[in-house]
Amino acid sequence: MRRLWDNKVSRRKLLGGAAATGAAIPVLHEVVPHQSVHGGTSAAEAAVERHRQAHRGSGHLGAMGRVNNRANGFDPQVILRDFDEGTLRGGVREWDIVAEDREIEVAPGVKYAAWTYNGRVPGPTLRARQGERLRINFVNGSSHPHTIHFHGIHRDVMDGVPGVGAGNIAPGRSTVYEFDAEPFGLHLYHCHSTPLAEHIAKGLYGAFLIDPEEGRPDADELVMVMNGFDTNFDRSNEVYAVNTVAFAYVDEPVRVRRGELVRIYLVNALEFDLLNSFHVHANFFDYYPTGTRLEPRDFTDTVIQGQGERGILELRFPYTGKYMFHAHVSEFAELGWMGFFEVVD
Amino acid sequence: MEVAAATRARRPPAWLAGLAPLIVLAVAIGLFVALDAPGLDRIGVPEEELTVERTVLEPGLIELHLRNDGADPVRIEQAIVNDGFAAFTQTSDEVGRLATTEVDVRYPWIEGQAYEVMLLTSTGGTIDHAIDVAVETPDADLGFYGLMALIGIYVGVIPVAIGMLWLPWVRSVDARWIRFLLAFTVGLLAFLGIDALLEGTELAGAGPEALGGGALVWLGAVGAYLVLSGVDAWLRGRRERVEGAGGEDAPGRSSSPAEASAWRAAFLVALGIGLHNLGEGLAIGSAYAVGSLALGAALVVGFALHNTTEGLAIVAPTAKERISVGRLALLGLLAGAPAVLGAWVGASAFHPSVAALLFGVGAGAIAQVIVQILPQVRERDGRLLSPLVSAGLLTGLLVMYATGLLVSV
Repeated sequence: MRRLWDNKVSRRKLLGGAAATGAAIPVLHEVVPHQSVHGGTSAAEAAVERHRQAHRGSGHLGAMGRVNNRANGFDPQVILRDFDEGTLRGGVREWDIVAEDREIEVAPGVKYAAWTYNGRVPGPTLRARQGERLRINFVNGSSHPHTIHFHGIHRDVMDGVPGVGAGNIAPGRSTVYEFDAEPFGLHLYHCHSTPLAEHIAKGLYGAFLIDPEEGRPDADELVMVMNGFDTNFDRSNEVYAVNTVAFAYVDEPVRVRRGELVRIYLVNALEFDLLNSFHVHANFFDYYPTGTRLEPRDFTDTVIQGQGERGILELRFPYTGKYMFHAHVSEFAELGWMGFFEVVD
Repeated sequence: MEVAAATRARRPPAWLAGLAPLIVLAVAIGLFVALDAPGLDRIGVPEEELTVERTVLEPGLIELHLRNDGADPVRIEQAIVNDGFAAFTQTSDEVGRLATTEVDVRYPWIEGQAYEVMLLTSTGGTIDHAIDVAVETPDADLGFYGLMALIGIYVGVIPVAIGMLWLPWVRSVDARWIRFLLAFTVGLLAFLGIDALLEGTELAGAGPEALGGGALVWLGAVGAYLVLSGVDAWLRGRRERVEGAGGEDAPGRSSSPAEASAWRAAFLVALGIGLHNLGEGLAIGSAYAVGSLALGAALVVGFALHNTTEGLAIVAPTAKERISVGRLALLGLLAGAPAVLGAWVGASAFHPSVAALLFGVGAGAIAQVIVQILPQVRERDGRLLSPLVSAGLLTGLLVMYATGLLVSV
């Protein structure tokens, strides 16, 4: 007889003895997680309501509730088109970047103790022109040592890794990174302190864009940093997103104009998963891997990026309407990496 | 002198002296809480622990009944089923310590598949719950209760009744063999008692730790033993008083003291076995409810063989005395019918901690019955473990072990 129980005792000491409820079911309203439930309706009404909800089951997209962008201090809609060109001082393009510890909401109601550059995840999108002299004044306002490591071509002392040049920047200390903007393309910057995966996964990364000298054609430009969050520290992500907030562009689609050239700067900053991908519905795009060539390598609707990989996508929407985009690694899509373009005239 | 006398006169009553430490304790606790535990700082992050006590599957709906098993309140913010966010409702925003909540996740689950439900809390922690095989939870209608009753009758009532048909044979054998049969009964009960303790402990591990865990089983066992011993002593005392007074209208006055003693022993054996069968019913009912019970002839036959020997154990103490058919029927029902009750409860309101406590109660009752029967097994020369008695004990243990294998499907 003992074996009878065995089937029921599942992993992690959880046991689900299932059974049907009687007539006295607590009344359930559809609630967003922040509202409390108030009873009062009859059990029969509750049963009808549950039945109705059950049949809606598979149509659900997204999370329950909304993330408070104001409390987070950044808005995915703003990050999308926010390019930080810094300030030109005596022919040098300069930025001030501060590392800070900050709790952010990555999915509705779910808080994550992030490490940030300038209070946001991803950090500011730094934009320069090929050949310019760049200077980054880095202050570590976090309670942990950090660096900024830029992808690009530069001397070792400016590489932002522990043990070389300024190395790890201790809490409260600062340093200056200075190098030339080379080569043109779409790059990445991130913390390189160890443990490396942790320092990146907690939010210390951002897009680093170097425009070619001759520039690129005019377009509606969007930055999408694909990321994820390991909220329970098991070295796999519970929440996935573009620009941090799960389902942000499902709740509020990305508005673009019909026929206008749309350029997407796509960066994969995901940790713990080897691959990430981007797929757009009902359309195809030109793909420029790393953005270092002016000719597209591909004309496709799905692109795969490994960790740290990035590329530029160019496309035009011929029809108005709502078009989905998401990781074609499907489980990422349903865990937050999903959105819509809303094409208008 | 005067002062001392006055003090003595104003001395508080004894009960107040007994109460004083409690009052001081209450005041101390009140102050400690009011001052927010002076000198002690909470170290570390909130500990979030939720235990799933019950899972109910309806078409398109996964219903989890959870209890907060940890020290801190928990807020469930998102539900993830098989790597996808899912819509859900919950009965309370925040689950306090030991409080319960019901989370209803809307998900188009498919029968026979496995699911992993993950509840994401406000701190990003996760509560994982695996559904090994998704099967719709049976509706608690008349047909369902009827089916559970039928199973209970098949595995509990009928086998015990058949086993009791050994009564004429028991009466015909001589005193030595009756001792053997009583020893057999004790061995059988010992097996059931050990089994109940082990199963209860396993179940307790599945329930919330905060509700007592494995201690529940032993609490149930010791409690049942003490209560039954007390009741037994009270019954004996009452009977002796009644007999001493020679009261005309004393209940059961027609029976002799030996008859009464046999009846009491048989009653206690039936009660112990009944509590055991309650546990068996619980196991069958709850396994059926989650679809992990292969209902079939083999299982029923196994339980029947297992439980038929229990009928023999009940009638063994009555070998030398007359017992009315009505009373025999009562004993049979007492031992077998709890299987029906157990199946109902197990299938409709199963809770691991309650089940663990019940298993403990069963084990305690069985221990008490064993202590009751043992004196009758003793040889005339006072030896307890004669070869015959040892053989009887071993046979009881082995028969239960062997027939138990039949139900380990």
